[in-house]
Amino acid sequence: MAKRSTPELNAGSMADIAFLLLSFFLLTTTMEQNIGMPRRLPPMIEQQEKEKIEINKRNILQVHVNSYDRLLVDGKPMESVLLKDVVKTFITNPNNEDSKPEKEKKEVKGLGVVEVSKGVVSLQTDRGTSYKIYMAVQNEIMKAYTELREEFSNSRFGNTFNKLTEDQQEAVRGYYPLNISEAEPRDATKSGSKGGGTTKRRR
Amino acid sequence: MKLAKKKKKQGGSYSSSSMSDIVFMLLFFFMVTTTMRDEEIMVKIKLPEATEIAKLERKDLTCYINVGAPIDALQSKLGTDTRMQLNDKFSTINDIRDFVAAKREQLSEADRVQLTIAFRMDEETRMGMVTDVKQELRRCQALKINYLANQPSN
Repeated sequence: MAKRSTPELNAGSMADIAFLLLSFFLLTTTMEQNIGMPRRLPPMIEQQEKEKIEINKRNILQVHVNSYDRLLVDGKPMESVLLKDVVKTFITNPNNEDSKPEKEKKEVKGLGVVEVSKGVVSLQTDRGTSYKIYMAVQNEIMKAYTELREEFSNSRFGNTFNKLTEDQQEAVRGYYPLNISEAEPRDATKSGSKGGGTTKRRR
Repeated sequence: MKLAKKKKKQGGSYSSSSMSDIVFMLLFFFMVTTTMRDEEIMVKIKLPEATEIAKLERKDLTCYINVGAPIDALQSKLGTDTRMQLNDKFSTINDIRDFVAAKREQLSEADRVQLTIAFRMDEETRMGMVTDVKQELRRCQALKINYLANQPSN
């Protein structure tokens, strides 16, 4: 019998199939991306030079989250969604009230001498507070600062914060510096043990 | 003669030799861009949600502190208490110092100040634990931290 040649498989369409699969994977794959909230811890202060930095009471916004994840702002209970606006009015002090933070004349590079709020948001947690609510509160505070900076960049430079140049961003940050102070958490079991006020800042 | 003519009429199958080139090219692309997860995470982590977040800039300058309850397979052995995982093993607060020091050793002099500690922590972690970690990091002079979070999906 004559040798039968095996019929050749048409491999032309295989490339199409491979491409189809590849483009499917290309579209569906997301590279593992880490996103998060950057912070800078304050350096450890030596015991002997641990003096309490006196801050005027009106310049502090006390935010306390207890172990039941309830929020207390200046001693009054509050929902975490409302915190943003409270922080915003606290920092800007639009009516120059005596109970809200003072403003300090300060030289900011790129802006000249401007009035910068001396307000500090003090965030205190208990040991039993959950990380979830802590992040939610941090997020709200951060949101307040972002919005303030955004408003200022719009009125001053006529552009959104992200579109400003490096120097301009620096100036806006100087105008609204992020002042979040984190006290060490209180142990609910030990009464009256208050951690030293440690300030945590990021530009 | 007749046979040869018939064969020619069957239509040329086109060469698929370049396909392998294409596939290889794509394969190399994925090989280069994919980063293998170098540690197996042994704790269950559901990151908290946040909107005011930024991308982590340099992965090579980052080390991770994983905190959460052990995964289901290990719970019979370890219980459900919150644990901390550094590299590939469960650790305590006291191990952070060595962990940071080891990571610093790998980096060049200029990069050392840039070292970022990323907190990959479950949202149910208690703040006591988080603060203990932060205090230890302050003692180690590792001050750049990052709370990893998820963007809420809506």
